[in-house]
Amino acid sequence: MKIGVFVCHCGSNIAGTVDVASVAEQARNLPNVAFSTDTMYTCSEPGQDEIVQAIKEHGLDGVVVASCTPRMHEPTFRKTVERAGLNRYMFEMANIREHVSWIGKDKEANTRKALDLVSMAVAKLANDRVLTPSKFDINKRVLVIGGGVAGIQAALDCADGGLEVVLVEKTSTIGGKMAKLDKTFPTIDCSSCILGPKMVDVAQHPNITLYACSEVGDISGYVGNFNVSITKKATYVDWDACTGCGQCTEKCPSKKATDHFNEEIGTTTAINIPFPQAIPKKASIDPEFCIKLTKGKCGVCEKVCPTQAIRYDQQDEKVEEAVGAIIVATGYDLFDWTRYGEYGGGRYPDVITSLQYERLLSASGPTGGHVTRPSDGKEPETVVFIQCVGSRDKSVDRPYCSGFCCMYTAKQAILTKDHMPESQSYVFYMDIRAPGKMYDEFTRRAMEEYGTKYIRGRVAMIYPKGDKYVVRGSDTLLGTQVEVEADLVVLAVGAEAAKGAPQLAEKLRISYDSYGFYMESHIKLRPVETNTAGVYLAGSCQGPKDIPASVAQGSAAASKVQNLFSRDQLESDPQISQVDIKRCIGCGKCIQTCPFGAIEEMDFRGATKAHVIETVCQGCGICTSTCPQGAIQLQHFTDNQILAEVNALCQPTTILNYE
Amino acid sequence: MSADNNTELRIVGFLCNWCSYGGADTAGVGRFQQPTDLRIIRVPCSGRIDPLFVLKSLVNGADGVLVSGCHPRDCHYSEGNFYARRRLEMLKRFLPILGIDERRFEYTWVSASEGQKWKTVVQTFTEHIHELGPAPKLDASLLKKAEALNLTQAA
Ligand SMILES: Cc1cc2nc3c(=O)[nH]c(=O)nc-3n(C[C@H](O)[C@H](O)[C@H](O)COP(=O)(O)OP(=O)(O)OC[C@H]3O[C@@H](n4cnc5c(N)ncnc54)[C@H](O)[C@@H]3O)c2cc1C
Ligand code: SF4
Ligand code: SF4
Repeated sequence: MKIGVFVCHCGSNIAGTVDVASVAEQARNLPNVAFSTDTMYTCSEPGQDEIVQAIKEHGLDGVVVASCTPRMHEPTFRKTVERAGLNRYMFEMANIREHVSWIGKDKEANTRKALDLVSMAVAKLANDRVLTPSKFDINKRVLVIGGGVAGIQAALDCADGGLEVVLVEKTSTIGGKMAKLDKTFPTIDCSSCILGPKMVDVAQHPNITLYACSEVGDISGYVGNFNVSITKKATYVDWDACTGCGQCTEKCPSKKATDHFNEEIGTTTAINIPFPQAIPKKASIDPEFCIKLTKGKCGVCEKVCPTQAIRYDQQDEKVEEAVGAIIVATGYDLFDWTRYGEYGGGRYPDVITSLQYERLLSASGPTGGHVTRPSDGKEPETVVFIQCVGSRDKSVDRPYCSGFCCMYTAKQAILTKDHMPESQSYVFYMDIRAPGKMYDEFTRRAMEEYGTKYIRGRVAMIYPKGDKYVVRGSDTLLGTQVEVEADLVVLAVGAEAAKGAPQLAEKLRISYDSYGFYMESHIKLRPVETNTAGVYLAGSCQGPKDIPASVAQGSAAASKVQNLFSRDQLESDPQISQVDIKRCIGCGKCIQTCPFGAIEEMDFRGATKAHVIETVCQGCGICTSTCPQGAIQLQHFTDNQILAEVNALCQPTTILNYE
Repeated sequence: MSADNNTELRIVGFLCNWCSYGGADTAGVGRFQQPTDLRIIRVPCSGRIDPLFVLKSLVNGADGVLVSGCHPRDCHYSEGNFYARRRLEMLKRFLPILGIDERRFEYTWVSASEGQKWKTVVQTFTEHIHELGPAPKLDASLLKKAEALNLTQAA
């Protein structure tokens, strides 16, 4: 084997503290080295040309470049050797800048160390094998999980770009939290007026298949070719026949069903359509409250339905979909504030959540947009808002900031004044975080134009007094205790990961943080990718996000999918594991340890053997260090390759005999 | 800080590509000066590190071996470092049985952004190995015998 070694000066970056010429010269004595030289800037065009030249001139089989970190220029030089007709895996790097010249000033020691690193690279290269990526077709359909504003944006962007989209939403309508909001900061435009048309677009788009009341089951496959099973929950209504006329909901005698859409302010009928603008606008029966389904009597809806759409015997249905990419947009849920005993723990009817308050403010809400107290229906005069309930509080294991509560509290204070000009609002806050465009101005308007009284401090307790509530807290700016008598208390509850988020992550094989929020591939540079190829994130499933940020991420995720699908075929990374069938004893240890489910059992002439699914393997090599037989080897990081490096460093032949 | 040819010891590092190797790069970019004894071998994941690599190094003349991966829960491959932790902890307990001083082997977690921490880790570990001094080298004749034994077994 003929190896060429190129030792880079990197200007004075390396040459300043490493004798590069001497390293190049000594490298010539290493086994297999046929050529070596030192170059000024190896990565520059003339530097790369020199490598190409040398490969051709000296008939080199592989190249070692001793320069900077492979995390930076490995792809660059791989392309270079490929230009000269070599396989791109017949290349190794020795990091003599970040790991040598930049961290030590002793030129002699550095030179010695640099030579060691070169000899390790040479030793590994002598064991390198030609690897060729295989190509496979992409299924250009995309699955979007979650129909909040982020998922809607992603679905529409993909569909408008000509892709077929499958949108799966858990509840009976898309829209997510935004559909429940009255108006939105910082412009106070009506939430359903801006979201509604987008929801209609989803319903009417020829490229979008919407599964509402549905959940994702098993997911198998890999980037370009996922198979997804989807469970359509029984709604007891044939949605093909249902026109959403609403006659059933008018006649249904069971009127005490939980009103999920209105955040349990008031109740609804057992058969219901969550709200007038729901998409799809179809009725569904809540089996818990349906008299027919619980007691076998009633059947009113069946009688009144003009299209005979009611199916009391409907069962869950499974469908299979094949897609090439997945966008996860499952959003967030609200922190369970009843853990705060000092705020009544849920016992006081007029201490409500911010999202419940949105429903009270909304013209399409349970009170028609007239703000009233849940306890006695009276209009409140004094409204107290408490921020950071379940945010930035280690005592309830929620140390993070939910990001949007400062803003929506200011919004709700403004809307309160709009609805009830005689009212007075108070806001207890820790800090005001309003870094977005026009955000700080917005919170100032709440204080200055709308006369909201902002008190900096935590609320220690709330207790009832007559038909009012005393909110007692500290004012840390004045250093005093304050008490406000409130008619209504609104808690700015923090955001937490959507229910079931970790379980979904396991199915998708993506990571989540200790709070259940999904982890992006790189916090700065790969914010919508995950570490599972072909799976992307959008919206607040990744961490609390307001609407503009959720929409931006929805579009970003869609553009990543478009980018992925811009090719017809994908190349798989050949740095994956391979099983030596002769050595494999079929013990299955690798199957158990592989975090990606990339290894399956295979029958080979009646014997069980392990088999790596090329496109699923991520190349971690966990299996390789697990296999008791050395049968499964991670290509480019095989036992032999790593041990060659070890041997280059620690040679038993040099062992001193102290006899 | 630097050692001349006589005092430098042989320290081998096995670092995962995503976190610790990146952390060592970060230390370099930050010009955080470190002792020169350490030589780093890059592997994709700490879960790829076979305890055998550590053993081979120590048996064949390394004075110290340092393994570093991503912090638990931050593994690029989701759980590789959990496997690593279990294996390496076992190895640590096993070393004395082989007559190897377990203090010559250490594992730690350093992220790609923790350049300063990496410098401290290298400094502390190198000092620690220097305190222990050069590892007692195996008798070459013994090693030859072992090798011969190995060969007869393989044949
Ligand atoms: C009280 C309040 C007021 C707010 N006011 C504003 C405002 O004025 N302006 C602003 O910019 N932001 C506001 N926000 C923030 C806003 O709600 C979020 O930015 C936005 O809803 C995030 O959208 P999303 O699509 O990421 O998540 P979500 O809206 O939570 O949507 C997620 C969707 O996914 C579905 N889903 C969850 N899990 C699954 C699953 N396993 N399978 C299938 N589907 C699933 C859910 O049912 C839901 O439909 C407010 C938040 C609150 C709490
Ligand atoms: S661990 Fe090794 S021997 Fe066991 S099934 Fe996997 S490849 Fe085969
Ligand atoms: S290298 Fe990692 S991902 Fe690939 S088969 Fe082995 S354990 Fe699974």
